[in-house]
Amino acid sequence: MPITNAISIEIPRISILDEKGNFDEKLGKGLIPDADLLKLYEAMSSCRHLDEVAFRLQRSGRMGTYPQNMGQEATSLGAAYVLNNDDWLVTCYRENCGLFWRGVPMESILLHWMGDERGNAMPRPHFATPIAVPIGTQMLHATGLAWAAKYRGEKRISCTFFGDGATSEGDFHEAANFAANLDIPVVFCCQNNFWAISVPGKIQCSAPTVAQRGIAYGMPCMQVDGNDIFACVYAVKKATERARAEGKPSFIEFVTYRLGDHTTADDARRYRDQAEVDAWKAKDPLIRIRMLIEKRKLWDDAKQEAMMARIEKDIAAAIERAEHIEAPPRSDVFDYTFEELPADLRTQRETFETTSLGQERASNPASA
Amino acid sequence: MSTMMSTSPESPAGGLREIEFRDAIREAMSQEMRRDPRVFLLGEEVAQYNGAYKVSRGMLDEFGPRRIIDTPISESGFAGMAIGAAMMGLRPIVEFMSWSFSLVAADPILNNAPKMLYMSGGQFGCPIVFRGNNGAGGQLGSTHSWCVEGLYSNVPGVKIVIPATPEDAKGLMTTAIRDDDPVFFLESERMLGMKGHVPEGDHLVPFGQARLARSGDDITLVSFGRPVHFCLEAADALAKEGISCEVLDMRTIRPLDVGSIVRSVRRTSACVVVDQSWSFASPGSEVASIVHRECFDDLDNYVHRVHSVDVPTPYATNLEQEYLPNARRICEAVRACLYRA
Repeated sequence: MPITNAISIEIPRISILDEKGNFDEKLGKGLIPDADLLKLYEAMSSCRHLDEVAFRLQRSGRMGTYPQNMGQEATSLGAAYVLNNDDWLVTCYRENCGLFWRGVPMESILLHWMGDERGNAMPRPHFATPIAVPIGTQMLHATGLAWAAKYRGEKRISCTFFGDGATSEGDFHEAANFAANLDIPVVFCCQNNFWAISVPGKIQCSAPTVAQRGIAYGMPCMQVDGNDIFACVYAVKKATERARAEGKPSFIEFVTYRLGDHTTADDARRYRDQAEVDAWKAKDPLIRIRMLIEKRKLWDDAKQEAMMARIEKDIAAAIERAEHIEAPPRSDVFDYTFEELPADLRTQRETFETTSLGQERASNPASA
Repeated sequence: MSTMMSTSPESPAGGLREIEFRDAIREAMSQEMRRDPRVFLLGEEVAQYNGAYKVSRGMLDEFGPRRIIDTPISESGFAGMAIGAAMMGLRPIVEFMSWSFSLVAADPILNNAPKMLYMSGGQFGCPIVFRGNNGAGGQLGSTHSWCVEGLYSNVPGVKIVIPATPEDAKGLMTTAIRDDDPVFFLESERMLGMKGHVPEGDHLVPFGQARLARSGDDITLVSFGRPVHFCLEAADALAKEGISCEVLDMRTIRPLDVGSIVRSVRRTSACVVVDQSWSFASPGSEVASIVHRECFDDLDNYVHRVHSVDVPTPYATNLEQEYLPNARRICEAVRACLYRA
């Protein structure tokens, strides 16, 4: 018997607006109307500016550890632009731009990183979940959310974001395997920014693309220029169409780059070459949109200046609100562990102000 | 003992019908699924195969594959997905074939489910029942014989239920499914075939309310789950020596019915805790600490504790029995505690 080929795979790579400002008219036609493009540009500029301000806040001791989004704004924003308002956006911690687009207030994100649990309470109805800092757990939650929607006969889908490093976690395999085998409408969005803190992509994945990991589960896969808002919108649109029409998952690899450090607790200069960073700076998702809108006569320096003034004012106001929120009441320690406060925790609350937590007979159990 | 319920064998509170422990669990799940469309069951082998231990027998036929769901062998996967589903308002019942297998799902069950409400500022609750076999199942070897109550009862945000009778299995399961917080429901493979009187209709047993399994005057035995039966066996033997044991079946470890323990010990002045988990930082050590604090002036001796030996569960049948807090070791502890050794 001759050896035959069991399978050949092809993975499309999608790029519409390249780093030089070249635009693929055929693929990009009608994808994002000019008016929306300007709004998306402003959203990305605002997210970028927040990163810069947040970095300074952290360095001056006004905020805890903060992960900058710089360079990766287009990915989650592209997804948020496509998703319906009642779809779930289940993120990790580098998707600020998409969350803001969906209406999550900037001060929620600031509050979270300033170390206030209330920043995680996404104001309803935003269909966004608390920021997931443990790597990968949110992929399973997203699959469960979409599965629940299917169970209830709702059309809602979920879209989840994670990094290249998270595809090494078992959670990725389990979520992808479930979604594919049980027909659950999830859009898996991997932000491949080449670095999991200091660990290079080569140590996470030896295949030529991360995208092909999805092939193993029988999902359609795409590799997308993650610094190209048009390509991001195009890919998520394809994936959400499949999710809605067939109730099935897709996998998207966004090729992008983290221009900043992993978090403010990191110094990426210790492990990355400056030449690599500089090469990616030229591919910045903001620069190419500005080239396009200037070419289309939609933008000029005056407009840029006016926009930045708006952004600076809004961010200053958000910081003001986040920094001046009243500290949470001490009772908050006890309020959210159970839906109803159990007796032993009630005793701990009553003895919280003393030196013997839970030990005093404030509420004598024998007479309870 | 006003808050405690006791059943007399002559007129069983559960009615005359006798069913197995596994059927009692299923009856609770099925009745709740008929009552509440948000409830569903998922896990390995639960549907086509009727459950590895036949707890879900017939449920696929009644409820169909939408609500009785066979999953891939993927504990972390289905536990994590259940959290997502619960966040969206459903009420999943997750079957772990064995609680030993829940260890690979530690992140979702310990790090996500009990914290979701807290970390979302009260926004996302996790009304999930995680259930399965717990403890030594009879020569399953140490990796399959975990008593997870020792580990998991340390974590805030979960309720831990460990029934000792078929009647309680139904009543506590019904309460667990209706509860708004994550509940860990610990069954014992060695007890699934045990028969008992179980009420046919709605049957709820509240959490945090102990059952008086046997009344007595000389000493209080505090236990939960399968070891309650070891205590009753020991109490029978000790009665012949003129020692009258009171046996409390705690039913739930979190919340713990401290009031019933304290009232009993203040009357008997002696207490032995019988706990199948390892002794260090265990439910047993917590009970001892509480009794020492609350009954300090009433005790005639310090609280004695009977646990599994601090080694991996032995494989050989005789060693497994010796390793567990069996009737022989309970009798020795009671005699020592009463200065009759």
